[in-house]
Amino acid sequence: MEIKVLKDILSANDQIAQENRQLLDSNGVFTVNVMSSPGAGKTSLILETIRRLKGAVQIGVIEGDISSSIDAETIGKEGVPVIQINTGGECHLDASMTYRALSNLPLQDIELLFIENVGNLICTAEFAIGAHKNLVISSTPEGFDKPLKYPLMFTVADIVLINKIDLLPHVNFDTDAYKKTVKNLNESVEIFEVSCTTGQGIDRWLSWLQNQLRNR
Amino acid sequence: MHELAITQALIGLVKEHAEKVGAKKVERINVVVGELSGFVGQSVEFYFDQMSAGTIMEDAKLSFKTIPMAGRCRDCSKEFDIKEMDWTCPSCKGSSIELVRGNELFVESIEVD
Repeated sequence: MEIKVLKDILSANDQIAQENRQLLDSNGVFTVNVMSSPGAGKTSLILETIRRLKGAVQIGVIEGDISSSIDAETIGKEGVPVIQINTGGECHLDASMTYRALSNLPLQDIELLFIENVGNLICTAEFAIGAHKNLVISSTPEGFDKPLKYPLMFTVADIVLINKIDLLPHVNFDTDAYKKTVKNLNESVEIFEVSCTTGQGIDRWLSWLQNQLRNR
Repeated sequence: MHELAITQALIGLVKEHAEKVGAKKVERINVVVGELSGFVGQSVEFYFDQMSAGTIMEDAKLSFKTIPMAGRCRDCSKEFDIKEMDWTCPSCKGSSIELVRGNELFVESIEVD
């Protein structure tokens, strides 16, 4: 006997992601899922953002890594609430891991939550976690062909940051070609160029964020 | 590594639907997979063999139907298959392409006893 199922394999995850979103909304927490390959600058961007918005915006962080709590310790030094998730081998955060972390954060005291996903351009794009916006960071030493190699990641992005633009004179990164490829995959995405080392372009990113917070 | 998580989710979904009809055994699971979904069938089969042991879906055949990637040109509306990651419209050579198929990942049906 054949039984029609017609159900997404990840529907259970999607359901929990929706519940996470409701929990975040009911506490007025604007949440950004930060994704990139390892070493592109996720932690650096979060740190820079915390330092610039200190006193103005209440920030919280969830750190996702396969192992270690190095990132959570670094972020914790800034005096913001932070929870480390160790995925124990899984290469992405999923909605239930995120839910457990959310349950341990003082959500009522947080306006802006960063969820730093595991460094990976593949399956982090497939598992919804309930965030309001997907941020993808590319860094110039990675080369400008990544959007074509990992198209799904760039189709789910709401905002893309090109980080390490201070290294442009030393690396082979065609910014125009990169932007064109990303825009072709995802017409509505916003792309900003930044350097977490020199601070170049960070103001534009911060004003995007503050705009989102005002409209939340 | 995410095939492990996908296999767990797959087994949970199949179990739910098989139990609903009181099935004794699941013989076949028909899965639809978009080319862009980053899903490695062989890897899922590997996990499935181990994780389904001792359950009602032990020895079930996993069948994958692959959906090729297809895009629609935003300039001329032509729909076409995207081959080898070439996101260029074959008709007008435009490069602004909307994905219309290729990121599916669902269980179409199960065959039970």
